[in-house]
Amino acid sequence: MNKKFVSNVVFYLLVAIIALVVLFPFLWMLSSSFKTQSDITSWPPQFFFSPTLQNYRKVFEEQDFLKYFLNSTIVGGVSVGLSLILGLPAAYSISRFAQRKLAVFILLARLMPGISFLMPWYIIFSRLDLMDSYVALILSHMLIALPIVVWIMSSYFSTIPRELEESAMVDGATRQYAFWAIILPLSGPGVITATTLSFIFSWNNFMFSQVLSMEKTKTLPIAVYNFISYAEVDWGGVMAAAVAIMAPAIILTMIFQKYVVKGLTMGAVKG
Amino acid sequence: MIHSSFTERNLRILFPLPAIIFIALLMVFPVLYTLCLSFTNWNLTSGMPASFAGFNSYIRVLTEPRFLHALGRTFSFTLFAVAIEGFFGVAIAVILNRAFVGRSIAKLLLLLPLVATPVAVGIVFNLFYDPTIGLANFVLDSLGLPQGQWISNSRSVIPALILVDVWQWTPMITLIVLAGLAGLSDEPIEAARVDGASEWQILRYVTIPMVMPVILTALILRLIDALKTFDIIFAMTGGGPGYASETLNIMGFKYSFEYFRMGQSSVILVALFLVVFLCSLGIMKLRATTEL
Repeated sequence: MNKKFVSNVVFYLLVAIIALVVLFPFLWMLSSSFKTQSDITSWPPQFFFSPTLQNYRKVFEEQDFLKYFLNSTIVGGVSVGLSLILGLPAAYSISRFAQRKLAVFILLARLMPGISFLMPWYIIFSRLDLMDSYVALILSHMLIALPIVVWIMSSYFSTIPRELEESAMVDGATRQYAFWAIILPLSGPGVITATTLSFIFSWNNFMFSQVLSMEKTKTLPIAVYNFISYAEVDWGGVMAAAVAIMAPAIILTMIFQKYVVKGLTMGAVKG
Repeated sequence: MIHSSFTERNLRILFPLPAIIFIALLMVFPVLYTLCLSFTNWNLTSGMPASFAGFNSYIRVLTEPRFLHALGRTFSFTLFAVAIEGFFGVAIAVILNRAFVGRSIAKLLLLLPLVATPVAVGIVFNLFYDPTIGLANFVLDSLGLPQGQWISNSRSVIPALILVDVWQWTPMITLIVLAGLAGLSDEPIEAARVDGASEWQILRYVTIPMVMPVILTALILRLIDALKTFDIIFAMTGGGPGYASETLNIMGFKYSFEYFRMGQSSVILVALFLVVFLCSLGIMKLRATTEL
């Protein structure tokens, strides 16, 4: 009994340490976002201080963060939407006709370093006068979202029994109709997983937007990065910006926790 | 089938066709274009059109010490980061693999680093590492240790960056291994327990071997991503101080979008492409032959 008590104490101590290590950078970011510059730059670092909202005011009033917020939402939303339109039929076909080579081909886009497409895109989009356009940015983010959609949905479709659409086809329905009317309505959980994950990856993307967007289409990660490229770092402002950019992804994750875990782990566990 | 229309007969081509065309246009064509450019010494700022230069750019880049250092750094960063993440990732999964109060909260916490914007994570760690106001030196100071230079010193910058990668991606391994552990059958473990094996022996000789394929897959996924690490390095050091934290990805980015030497940058991109491609291929071959 006593031994069990001790092992329980050790266990919860370990869990507490793990939780602290994971959480600490978030907590420090959050608390720093409420500090004045002099509180942040004082030595030793301040754990107790009187909070201020000035950093958030600065970020949203002077820096036009709402615009970048909107840009990130548009680029993420549209590229995920279009990726679903292209990816769902492809994933269905991969699942039902066992097109393994096609699956590998699409997954290459997830595997290969983004910069090996980005450099040519830069040249091509400049020629087409598409720099700093939503079109270029959305196309580039679709290359992030599409492989995720195909990857998640092709395994999801494989869990739906073939008999469902086959019996409809025996009754005279076409396969495309069966896909639309029978399979898709059953795919809610898979679509939620794919949508959430690919939106978060698009939301967090830095490299593509850094090159392809300028003032008009600038997304949040670029705005946050630009904060530190100024001569003197306004730490409070940067931390408020960091909180603002992470909050939506974290809230989405909290709402769709189960789906996000499934999406991140499914490929590996299925082996 | 009676209703077999054109659409239905060719569904296996028509359904994936839009996605195939999209990937061909946005991935295959650009990669081939990069390959072509690598045989020129085109400089975008010169205003001259690209012209064939044979292996000129290859020779220039491959004999450049800066390139060889970046190549080596890409591997060392990846290997150390993934090894540490693998160790802690599996250890934490083993610790958390039981029913306890707050288990679902613990799993949620593990998700947070994975969805946190890497650029912002990098900046938060910049604040930690700041030599004059950072928490990292405060901790060292309180422990009576000498203060460190962290990312401002060329010797400590890579370990400091690895630490950030480890913080952000260890939970990925943990979550995958936890999912793998949840799928194991209890029987072999119970049998070992009945035979009088200690908890450590069960873990070492039964549980870990059973979950090994999942661990390996998790490590492979991490390895491929770690080779391409860009955001945190670019945001935290930009490859500096000097070139001390420059990996292939960062070097390729600078050659492309700061120097505009497209011919030479293409060589770097081809090299990075090959590194990632050959590593993935090699690992898959290895797995196929060892059947893990």
